[in-house]
Amino acid sequence: MGEDFAVNLPDLNYAALAPMLILFGAACLGVLVEAFVPRAARNAVQLVLGLVALVASLVAVVLRAPHVTDANAQTAEQAISIDQAGLFLQGAILVLAIVSLLLFGERTLENGGPFVAQAAITVGSELDRKQAAKESGATEIYPLALFAVGGMMLFVTANNLLVMFVALEVFSLPLYLLCALARRKRLLSQEAALKYFLLGAYASAFFLFGLAMVYGFAGAVDFRTIHESVTGSANSPILLFIGLAMLSIGLLFKAAAAPFHVWTPDVYQGAPTPITAFMAACTKVAAFGALARVLYVGFDGLGWEFTPVLGVIAVLTMLIGAILAVTQTDLKRLLAYSSIANAGYLLIGVLGGGKEGLSSMLFYLVAYGFLVIAAFGMLTLVRDADGEATHLSRWAGLGKRSPLFAGVFSFLLLAFAGIPLTSGFVAKFAVFGAGIAGDQTWLVLFGVLSSIILAFPYIRVVVLMWLNEPGETTPSVSIPGALTSTALMIGVLVTLVLGVWPSPLLDLTANVSNFIR
Amino acid sequence: MKYLSLLTLAPLVGALTVAFVPRAKPELAKRLALIWSIVALAVGVAAWIAYQPNGPRMQLQESYTWIPAWGAKFSFAVDGIAMVMIALIVLLVPLVILASWHDAEKSKRSVPAYFALLLALEGTMIGTFTSADVLLFYLFFEVMLVPMYFIIGSFGTDVPAKQRQYAAVKFFLYSLVGGLLMLAAVIGMWVYGGHTFDWQTLTNVEFTTNVQRWLFLGFFIAFAIKAPFFPFHTWLPDAGGAAPAGAAALLVGVMDKVGTFGILRYCLPLFPEASRWFAPWAIGLSLIGIIYAALVAIGQKDLKRLVSYTSIAHFGFIGIGIFAFTYQAGSGAVLYMVNHGLATGLLFLVVGMFVARRGSTLVTDFGGAGKLLPLLAGVFFIAGMASLALPGLAPFVSEFLVLIGTFTVNKPVAVIATVGIILAAAYVLWMIQRTTQGNTNPVLHDLAPMKRDLSLREGIVVAPLIVLLIVLGFYPKPVLDVINPAVQATLTDVVTPERADPAPATSTVEAGK
Repeated sequence: MGEDFAVNLPDLNYAALAPMLILFGAACLGVLVEAFVPRAARNAVQLVLGLVALVASLVAVVLRAPHVTDANAQTAEQAISIDQAGLFLQGAILVLAIVSLLLFGERTLENGGPFVAQAAITVGSELDRKQAAKESGATEIYPLALFAVGGMMLFVTANNLLVMFVALEVFSLPLYLLCALARRKRLLSQEAALKYFLLGAYASAFFLFGLAMVYGFAGAVDFRTIHESVTGSANSPILLFIGLAMLSIGLLFKAAAAPFHVWTPDVYQGAPTPITAFMAACTKVAAFGALARVLYVGFDGLGWEFTPVLGVIAVLTMLIGAILAVTQTDLKRLLAYSSIANAGYLLIGVLGGGKEGLSSMLFYLVAYGFLVIAAFGMLTLVRDADGEATHLSRWAGLGKRSPLFAGVFSFLLLAFAGIPLTSGFVAKFAVFGAGIAGDQTWLVLFGVLSSIILAFPYIRVVVLMWLNEPGETTPSVSIPGALTSTALMIGVLVTLVLGVWPSPLLDLTANVSNFIR
Repeated sequence: MKYLSLLTLAPLVGALTVAFVPRAKPELAKRLALIWSIVALAVGVAAWIAYQPNGPRMQLQESYTWIPAWGAKFSFAVDGIAMVMIALIVLLVPLVILASWHDAEKSKRSVPAYFALLLALEGTMIGTFTSADVLLFYLFFEVMLVPMYFIIGSFGTDVPAKQRQYAAVKFFLYSLVGGLLMLAAVIGMWVYGGHTFDWQTLTNVEFTTNVQRWLFLGFFIAFAIKAPFFPFHTWLPDAGGAAPAGAAALLVGVMDKVGTFGILRYCLPLFPEASRWFAPWAIGLSLIGIIYAALVAIGQKDLKRLVSYTSIAHFGFIGIGIFAFTYQAGSGAVLYMVNHGLATGLLFLVVGMFVARRGSTLVTDFGGAGKLLPLLAGVFFIAGMASLALPGLAPFVSEFLVLIGTFTVNKPVAVIATVGIILAAAYVLWMIQRTTQGNTNPVLHDLAPMKRDLSLREGIVVAPLIVLLIVLGFYPKPVLDVINPAVQATLTDVVTPERADPAPATSTVEAGK
């Protein structure tokens, strides 16, 4: 008895894990709220709970930051590595999630908010009409979002492929559900969710299979052992190559890089717009954070092998995103393709390598996150009787009807195009600089080429809004409620401030850009 | 005194204040805009006085922290070339504002917005000339597009909506392509040049031959699109034809000079070896531009497009002057930049006055207008003569300097370029003949505005330009004194010993006489 049966619990560093624990705790609490709080009060309670949890988690991250050292970064038997870069990624995810959550809570634009009350009701049935008219939106979105954010935070700090896989599932499953919950155009939304789920399941399977291959090569799943085997093992590297390729496919799927991007436009279009904003900002951070960690902590010994392959993928991603963006007629799809192209720019930063590459990627992720949340937030304001009017032709002449709206949206588009004085310019400069410094000049040239192509669709929208006459069907721009206004204001301000005075964030990303193995 | 930051900021602050004037008070917006542009003029004059022609190369320096992590600063400084261009801007903008007094009303769009955009354009253009930090220059270079884009797209009332949208988008995309290529070069320069954007520091960096050539190309294509040189020119006739006349005067008169200025400030001193290597190509493009654009100009039916094409031909002369790599030709090219701004600015403004009266930009809609509007036709004639570089008017001095400067080192080029002078006479004279001479087009008699000759406001607009064209035609010394030391400093790295012509300061002045 006694010692033989004692289970050795891993030593947990609660201060380091606090940000995640707070979120998972709050998410569970949110599930209880669903059960016990009366329906009328639920939205307010859940929103406040969600915001408080995210802010508390952010505070925990900030408090933790000065105390991180190389020695105490890893915890839970080295399964989780909450190092400086990991903390920065967690903080970025949290900040972006807070801004997105404000969009979730919007109830003034539409009776009942952007979410459906009960997604299970058949589309078009009598019940459905009733719920569309009366019932307020589902409030499960808040705990789901908290679970997703918690999962993303674990994803970017996982120091072990198995933990990373678990985190991948923890943040993906809520996202699949959230995609299906649009109040309007429900069939499109459900189709998007199903597509995302099926393709996501494929990608997860790839990841898991790759994990098994790498285990076959290295005999372990933690990054330190993998790194040691990559540099020192005499085993045949075939398993390793196959394994890394499959892992990368799983990660590149989440990052929306070509040719694993096909889900992006459909899902971005079908999902409720606040969810799209959330995914475009936070999932990008999580996916690239994890990709960088896998490549530079676990497999950096293979730099010579994976850089050209990923380089080709980056070029494909940039070109496909840019060229297909030109042909789009729906704004949500246009932004989806632009987000694909941006994944390509981010890959340049990743492949630039070194401290410079990592810090440029971190900067880009934050700048792009705020920009894209603001852009999707703006889309929720242009409405007609059928909900959001996202077809390009409907935006003709909006500049005359609502100059302030069109002005702000034009500013965001110029930021996407990378015009100076916006965060988009500084971010692009940073990744391209890292690319050239890392001897990836050819990638930068393709980056410039795709930026040129991509400028065209952005300018076309500006032209539509300002230079065309408003037509009969030009929708009106709704006055946003306090929540959406705050989210938009934050997004636009950050885009401007990071464009004019990027130094503080640049310094911060430069300081935190190292992973602990 | 912090002349340069003041000079850059004053119009931008002015643009903000004008933008917030309510739509219902257009007169207030116009007056406010005029006052701000005069403030800029005053600061510009003060800066001109403070500038010492024979002092150090970069003067009136200021520097403030911006992005220390990248070595980028808000640093300002000017040499003689930038100084004369700034003088040209601060002089032209008040005149353009006066000339555009009633232009914005035709468009049914916000009048304060138009004047705010003009001031924003002025501020960003000045910024390209005052910045001494490459990233800061790039910033102004790109941002400059935005106000111009909206001016062309929203306020160009002389052409149908579809056409001006096309022109605005084409202008923006062409410039953006150049801008992004330059961005790649700027980043490359930053990486290979030791992570700094300071222009002065970068001039001392030795780039390897290969790197130099690529970086040169990145910058040069951007500037060649902006200037524009053949074959990157096709956006200019569209933009110049669609923009309101005042804005077109700024577009062709000043904004395009940022291209030639950029070559002088960035391409030659930073990449001297590559500049020498590419010089024959640049001269070839310039020559083609001179002949081709002149021929096309002869065939134009639209007055504003015609003037745009003449400018492309003139930019060919400037290009030859720069890449001949002699001090004389270089000074001539810079003087050409100033004189062309005055002459073409005047030409565009006068064409605008004609167009406003006739309600059409087509050459064939005029005919014998000189009998109805003798004064205006007279001004038109002077502007035309300046444009074809008639001796006695300022552009002659610069064209002559360019040609003799080139002739000393490259006779065939100078001879071919001379053909351009003959063609210039053809398109200018034919334009004047078809619009103001001959039998009066009967339609013109029925148009009430065609009976109102030069108004006081218009007189105030054209008078300073005409005076300057004549004075600088006979006595270019004050401007040349500022230009010469700067041109020498700029060209020292590219002028090979056998090309160094003696004592350019005196010889150029004598040539001017």
